[in-house]
Amino acid sequence: MPLPAEFADLEPFTGWALATEPERYARRLASSMDEMQALYDAVFPRLEDAIAYCDASWGDLTEEARTLMHLLQSLVMVSFPVEVWKQARVPDSGAAYLDLVTEPVV
Amino acid sequence: MSHFAKPDQGSWTEQYPELGTGPVDYTDSIDPDYYADERAAIFKRTWLNVGRVELVPRTGSYFTKELAVADTSLIIVRGRDKRVRAFHNLCRHRGNKLVWNDFPGEEVKGTCRQFTCKYHAWRYGLDGALTFVQQESEFFDLDKADYGLKEVRCETWEGFVFVNLDPDAAPLADYLGKMAEGLEGYPFHEMTEVYTYKAEVGSNWKLFIDAFAEFYHAPVLHQKQAVKDEADKLLGYGFEALHYELHSPHAMISSWGGMAPPKDPSMVKPIERAVRSGLFGPWDRPDIEGLDPLPAGINPARHRAWGTDSFEFFPNFTLLFWAPGWYLTYHYWPTAVDRHVFEANLYFVPPKNARERLAQELAAVTFKEYALQDANTLEATQTMLKSRAVTEFPLNDQEILLRHLHKVVGDHVKEYRDAAAR
Repeated sequence: MPLPAEFADLEPFTGWALATEPERYARRLASSMDEMQALYDAVFPRLEDAIAYCDASWGDLTEEARTLMHLLQSLVMVSFPVEVWKQARVPDSGAAYLDLVTEPVV
Repeated sequence: MSHFAKPDQGSWTEQYPELGTGPVDYTDSIDPDYYADERAAIFKRTWLNVGRVELVPRTGSYFTKELAVADTSLIIVRGRDKRVRAFHNLCRHRGNKLVWNDFPGEEVKGTCRQFTCKYHAWRYGLDGALTFVQQESEFFDLDKADYGLKEVRCETWEGFVFVNLDPDAAPLADYLGKMAEGLEGYPFHEMTEVYTYKAEVGSNWKLFIDAFAEFYHAPVLHQKQAVKDEADKLLGYGFEALHYELHSPHAMISSWGGMAPPKDPSMVKPIERAVRSGLFGPWDRPDIEGLDPLPAGINPARHRAWGTDSFEFFPNFTLLFWAPGWYLTYHYWPTAVDRHVFEANLYFVPPKNARERLAQELAAVTFKEYALQDANTLEATQTMLKSRAVTEFPLNDQEILLRHLHKVVGDHVKEYRDAAAR
């Protein structure tokens, strides 16, 4: 799904417009820090505008707004690696896993 | 020097002399014989929470619950009379598992008008009554009234569905007692936006309860989660709870934390400032009834720095409330002496806009970052306990709930063993 025209600058990152947490988490684990930093640097400055855009059709989201919302969810997903961990995995988490089996999908 | 007042006895622990203050024997977490007796003495006799009524919203809504610890699987279903009932998930003909999809061990949910066995098409109503037998005339003196599904005690409290495999157990309300009474009226029914996490963890079930029943570990194990100045400050302070209460076999811890928004925004990460959320949850409280004032059992010390309470309902159900108006539950389902399935559910008021939705997203993502560190530590603990190089461990006053849990489990097992020996 395409992004809203106002957010065309984020087109290079639509691979991150993923609907579910397992998809977003898997992408995080499969990404380099440079890739996550690039997503973070591109999307974070647009956060307020993007929230306002999604709010406009909240309750009956347009497909463009939904794509944008999924991108914002990926921003949240990479925030820990970028801001704190400096790596994709949670430090000291070893082989532990925790699957999100039920979630409210936007 | 304490930051928060302790009871007159000098410590939380000494307020309850039966707990003692000596080292605690953790053989209870590695001994297979002890585990076998825990199953019989505890999990087959106490009220176990299996979910909330929202899982069975309508007539015919059902879900199955695998209870490996009690060697059974249950069907929980809402009947035509709106009552929620629980049955052993077993066909009365020749014992086939009644409700499952492709894999017999996987939990399923759905809606139906009746249950039909895959094997010989025996059918049961939502009230468990046997309603149809294939080629009924081939059987000998078979009265369908004698072959309904085997029912299990099932009662609800504040929308939480509990089962008990002991037909002679005292009613749920008596079992949950005063600690639960203090929580009644909390707007659980408004918090229907749910995130469910599951993992199989390589540790005894009690070790994960231990991990979540004390926050002594938090400034240390999770120090990388905070910005550096904040982490150093937290480590310097250490941890002290505001209040503890035992309502044996249940217990609770009341803590500061959950300051939302934080006093100094520079102490939190950029994403938290932007989304107005974090581990403690969204900074802006949902606009619903029932959060102010909170029920008397929450923040029992009525402390102004209050942030979160954890209520440990024996044996394996935790209810945790955060000041910003959301709650979560933990369940620890043993599968072996050194394994259990951990389940966490985060409950929020459904978001009214994109900002609220993202705030909940950040809280959920942050929860997972923490829980992964907690879970991994447990496997490391389990493997070393198993060495038996050391069996007794000193627990401090902030670990009173752990001391209490291991004692209550021990009391149950002892009573069971004593009865068996008579």
